[in-house]
Amino acid sequence: MKKGYFGQWGGAFIPEVLHATFVELNAEYEKARQDPAFWQEYLDLMGNYSCRPTPLTFAENLSDYLGGARIYIKREDLNHTGAHKANNVMGQGLLVRRMGKKRVIAETGAGQHGVATATMAARFGFDCTIYMGEEDVVRQRPNVFWMEKLGATVVPVTDGARTLKDAINEAFRDWVSSMDNTHYVLGTVCGPHPFPEMVAWFQSVIGIEAKKQILAQHGKMPARVYACVGGGSNAMGIFQGFFADDGVELIGVEAGGKGIDTDQHASRMCGDRAAPGVAQGYKTMFLQNDDGQMLDTHSIAAGLDYVGISPILSDLGEQGRVRFEAATDTEVLEALSLTMKKEGIIPALESAHAFVQAIKEAPDMGRDEAVIINMSGRGDKDIFTIAHAFDDPSWKEFIIDRADSYRK
Amino acid sequence: MKLDDDLKSRLQSKKILLMTHLVLGYPSFETNREVIRQMAENGVDCIELQIPFSEPMADGPVILKANQDALAQGVRVEDCFRFAEEMAAEFSQVNFLFMTYYNIVFRYGETRFLERTREIGLVGTIIPDLPPEEGESYLATSRSLELAPITFFTPTSTDERMRQVAARGEGFVYVVARRGVTGEHTEMDTGLVGYLARCHAATDLPLAVGFGIASRADVAMLEGRADMAVIGTATIRLVDEQGAGAVGAFIAGLHADEKGRER
Repeated sequence: MKKGYFGQWGGAFIPEVLHATFVELNAEYEKARQDPAFWQEYLDLMGNYSCRPTPLTFAENLSDYLGGARIYIKREDLNHTGAHKANNVMGQGLLVRRMGKKRVIAETGAGQHGVATATMAARFGFDCTIYMGEEDVVRQRPNVFWMEKLGATVVPVTDGARTLKDAINEAFRDWVSSMDNTHYVLGTVCGPHPFPEMVAWFQSVIGIEAKKQILAQHGKMPARVYACVGGGSNAMGIFQGFFADDGVELIGVEAGGKGIDTDQHASRMCGDRAAPGVAQGYKTMFLQNDDGQMLDTHSIAAGLDYVGISPILSDLGEQGRVRFEAATDTEVLEALSLTMKKEGIIPALESAHAFVQAIKEAPDMGRDEAVIINMSGRGDKDIFTIAHAFDDPSWKEFIIDRADSYRK
Repeated sequence: MKLDDDLKSRLQSKKILLMTHLVLGYPSFETNREVIRQMAENGVDCIELQIPFSEPMADGPVILKANQDALAQGVRVEDCFRFAEEMAAEFSQVNFLFMTYYNIVFRYGETRFLERTREIGLVGTIIPDLPPEEGESYLATSRSLELAPITFFTPTSTDERMRQVAARGEGFVYVVARRGVTGEHTEMDTGLVGYLARCHAATDLPLAVGFGIASRADVAMLEGRADMAVIGTATIRLVDEQGAGAVGAFIAGLHADEKGRER
């Protein structure tokens, strides 16, 4: 198979001006991948700076409440900066240091990847510019605040739908001028080769840990593993730990938005609005019209609000190795409430998609079976978004009072 | 006649050729028609017809906005084919090429897209996000249809890469004058002169130099160093600011000296 391809998906559809940059990046990545010292350096950094290994928490109350499979939660929320995004950015940070570049750029949707990249840049001493759709800048104001405080420049993108895909285009536009001293820290397992493979490699730490942990705690492999899928990096991270065991079913949960029969969702594998396409440097299933123009997407979770999906997951879906489901915005809020009340754990809206499907299926499974939910991020840092989604009256009152006090 | 032969024969009587560009359906097909007429009447040799795409990654703000506005007005790929067919028939003295991003071609069906492009009288295609490594079937089908698949040289290309890329292309090589996206100015300096010399050494195909070429002075500096100057963003800006009527005089002014000598 051609390099960078997963079945018919993937590739590197890049403008010629980036050819040399990708030659260099591929060489550095291959070298790092062959070097056991690099992976050890990565693990040491993540252990010392980002709470790895993250726990696998047995959700006993939720399991008993649902009355079926034993539910375990992989706690990527306990990473530094509150999500699995740290795994990827710290890995790429080490690679940037090896390449001798001094500046990093990144796209961000919800802001998690932007905050993680800004954090990495601060730690490694790199200059940092983050591209963020204007609509997301408004929706995710607290993350913009943190990125700026961490020393990054945040550039609101006013083109197109003003969301994640437009931020990616803008980051590429920066990169075609600045590649001599700049690395583009792509946030997910998408984009041109080697990004899907490289980001999946950094995220594989999740699955490696989860496999060991479930064997230690449950005594055997889980029956099912659930993860939400936007670009797909947290899903790829945990799934890789279980690929070799055909008995473990892998379930990717997409953003069903207001329903996959509406035009307001971001489900590429579920529903019938996606088709094979080539954009943003790679070939995958894209939400697009008959002419090949990308469609607007919707999700309550900004991190899942994206037109494409990892080429690796397109392939695994096509092969039937990963089953795809979709969770609606309403179901997500219900799952979030239930998890908070039963376990005292606050999943990010993105991660809550994975909880929806597990909560649906666990009651019909045996009590001797285990499932793992990958909790990709924590929800408490999204307080503005979640409070807004719950339409919480006392929170609104607080915001109005605070705004009034600023006006005085 | 093959495109590169046509361009070489045109170069017998001109110091430098001109290629212009527009985004189909922006601001309207009516305006496109008038702009093309003025370009054709003022001796333009090639015109890039850009089929709008929602994710024009290699384009700067002016062309990006033109893409978005065209799509917002409901421009479809089918409209672009019909319009291009009409233009190619009306202005047979001009070589028309489609410029677009690969997803438009891919979604239409690569072979069907190229066959129809040939049928309606266009001479080639420019696809900035399809490197030769990913475009094997595109290159082969183009060749068999005698369409020119345009390849790119950039300031970051090594000599070896240039030779590799040029060997896969036909018609001419699009020489990207500098790093970055379309629409920013390019300085003619010793770096650019050396780069263009490297480009010439790598291929016998004509060299079309673009990205930031906007004035008679820019074109004059390319004379003797390149075969064709590419004017992209500048005409879109001009039409935005002064309307289609200003295009003729602008194009005439780009090769003013030459015209003067002819008279």
